[in-house]
Amino acid sequence: MIEILFYVLSFVSIVTGLMVVFAKSPIHSVLSLIVTFFAIAGQYILLNAQFLAIVHIIVYAGAIMVLFLFVLMLLNLNKEAEPNKDIAMKLAGVISASLLMVTLTGALHGSVVPEATLAVNTSNGLVKNLGQVLFKDFVVPFEISSLLFLAAMAGAVLLGKKHPSQITDSEIQKI
Amino acid sequence: MPISIDHYVYLSTVLFCIGVMGVLLRRNAIVLLMCVELMLNAVNLLMAAFSTHFNDPSGQVFVFFIMVVAAAEVAVGLAILVMVYRHAKSVDIGLFNKLKG
Repeated sequence: MIEILFYVLSFVSIVTGLMVVFAKSPIHSVLSLIVTFFAIAGQYILLNAQFLAIVHIIVYAGAIMVLFLFVLMLLNLNKEAEPNKDIAMKLAGVISASLLMVTLTGALHGSVVPEATLAVNTSNGLVKNLGQVLFKDFVVPFEISSLLFLAAMAGAVLLGKKHPSQITDSEIQKI
Repeated sequence: MPISIDHYVYLSTVLFCIGVMGVLLRRNAIVLLMCVELMLNAVNLLMAAFSTHFNDPSGQVFVFFIMVVAAAEVAVGLAILVMVYRHAKSVDIGLFNKLKG
């Protein structure tokens, strides 16, 4: 049962991942990526990482993809205005990505992962357990990540703001 | 864990390579950012799989931090793209040719 679920979720994530790359319209790419993220959240649940699954759905499908959709609609980029690269460049891209995949799988094929020494603890991924780890062993990184968010927020606001010299007279009169 | 770790390794490899292919193929900068997200997710999945395999919750905390960084990256990246669009009315990646610093 679990194996069937794994293969179905893998298939969905790979197919929709390919659709992200090959879809003509950026909106279709965004929607395929949302399906990919839900499939990956399903993988997290199969891995007994329930907290990660929920955070993944909230952060990626709920926040990041909405941001992408919002920017696409705001800039009105829905049209398929992408200039075509010549076929040689496309072929080169596909071939080099495939070569990377062949190399990686070839390198990983012979590798042996040591067996787990501890018994499987299915409550590892629950909020209680992860909270203990996060606020005991990883307090400093956690605080630093809050600083990172502050910097990102300030940077996004600063970049998104119009420079005063770009505001036209008609806009001033509206105000 | 009923599914062997190898399966997760191969799945993550394939997803990562799809992301790389997207970065190499597409011209639209927003789609490029999405492909970077796909690569980050492949790595996240691998890290969660190994965390479960070795029964060590630290790996899941790392995934959490990667999500934090990804969210910050997308916020700043999209702000930059909106600014580029305002100047050039396009988000084609070829525009970044002009950045000769």
